[in-house]
Amino acid sequence: MSADTSNPLNTGDLLKTPLFALHEELGGKMVSFAGYALPVQYPLGVMGEHNHTRNAAGLFDVSHMGQVIITGPNADGWMENLVPGNIKDLAVNHIRYSMFTNDRGGIMDDLMITKRENDLFLVVNAACKTQDIAHMKAHLPEGFTLTEITDRALIALQGPKAAEVLSRFASGADQMDFMTYAEVTICGAECYISRSGYTGEDGHEISIPAHKAEEVCRALLAEEEVEAIGLGARDSLRLEAGLCLYGHDLTTETTPVEASLLWAISKRRREEGGFPGDHIILPQIKNKDYAKKRVGILPAGRAPAREGTVIVDAEGHEIGTITSGGFGPTFGGPVAMGYLKPQFAAIDTEVFLIVRGKSRPARVAKMPFIPQHYYRKT
Amino acid sequence: MTTYYSEEHEWISIEGETGTIGITEYAQNALGDIVFIEVPEVGNNYDKGDEIAVVESVKAASEIYTPVGGEVVAINENLESDPALVNAHPETDGWFYKISISDKGELDDLMDAAAYKAHIDGLE
Repeated sequence: MSADTSNPLNTGDLLKTPLFALHEELGGKMVSFAGYALPVQYPLGVMGEHNHTRNAAGLFDVSHMGQVIITGPNADGWMENLVPGNIKDLAVNHIRYSMFTNDRGGIMDDLMITKRENDLFLVVNAACKTQDIAHMKAHLPEGFTLTEITDRALIALQGPKAAEVLSRFASGADQMDFMTYAEVTICGAECYISRSGYTGEDGHEISIPAHKAEEVCRALLAEEEVEAIGLGARDSLRLEAGLCLYGHDLTTETTPVEASLLWAISKRRREEGGFPGDHIILPQIKNKDYAKKRVGILPAGRAPAREGTVIVDAEGHEIGTITSGGFGPTFGGPVAMGYLKPQFAAIDTEVFLIVRGKSRPARVAKMPFIPQHYYRKT
Repeated sequence: MTTYYSEEHEWISIEGETGTIGITEYAQNALGDIVFIEVPEVGNNYDKGDEIAVVESVKAASEIYTPVGGEVVAINENLESDPALVNAHPETDGWFYKISISDKGELDDLMDAAAYKAHIDGLE
């Protein structure tokens, strides 16, 4: 057996989240992720944790992600200088998924933007947060402030029972619409909650003052529907839901058009432009002219196709690459996503995956691979 | 029947000239939920140390290197439909393949049960 799964992690050099001690107490198998010591799984195991999240409620520590507050006059309009999303027309206490683009139209990071009463609250990826903050500071006008929140944990409570569980602590949490925000008190702690997540399930993300994070998590875990979930299941859940992982499915070499994230660029922004790389991205939209496109891939048979797997056509010519792939426990078989030349990107196109030197059939498939269960009032 | 173990957490149990090979309890526990196993084809020949099988868990793919060389004479066909058999019974029903051992001297490099136990105790 070749996988190095035997050596316990030396967590000494890694950053720790406010929940580190709790992870260890719960038997979390700690790994290094974006410079942080985080649990890849607990004793329940990746498959069990995945299924539990789909069937009940899972608690995830995502405190490694960056939490940033921007204040300034018309901060929403300023934000549009850096992202292609419609932020100006976002209602107060509503959330939008968007991405920082560079001058070549490449994606520097993807993020969540919440418009609050007096500021913008951003959640960015851990591996990108230093770069994102520097990027925003470099463009920050006079009279604006940027504050990285370092004294708050961030957790996600996800699954069909998640909202019901949270509403026991924060009355009305289960009535919030998908992609909306509220400030509530949980166990005496002032928390920011949003009806969002990255599993394809209903649920919330919860920003908690660091010194209260363990107490809040213990209270949530004491509810019978809730189990702690590690990074392993977080990855299989988001992959089945067709959601991108930055650094893998999205990079500076992919534009939002190529990444099939057109839905995140509103009509007004397509007409007006005014974001980095618009001179690349807008013609790609208008002329449908780009080199590759992100699609779902379903391998035939049982063998998973992992990241980096080469995709070829029937004649064996290289036509793309898998960027995320594994086994989907809820789907019940291997699932993947990757980039293909646009002429091969139509649903049901037959392609071949080179796995360990053998060509294996697969087909282009619609994502998500499982039905999404977001809570929408309308 | 004598069983030997490799440092890479394979077991091989010897009956005459044939060895039955699988992965140990320690290995299945480290790999987690197994979702796919690629076993060799019957009739193929391998040298000791060749990559002969692949185990895919929900976490990652891991290669299996054969602890002895020889010709594959049987594979466990149950693994195709039920790879989790290896999680449940790694050292019995979850065997991978049987090999006709070309040089029994290669067994000398392997460990007995006591030495293997000491080996994994040293890893923990």
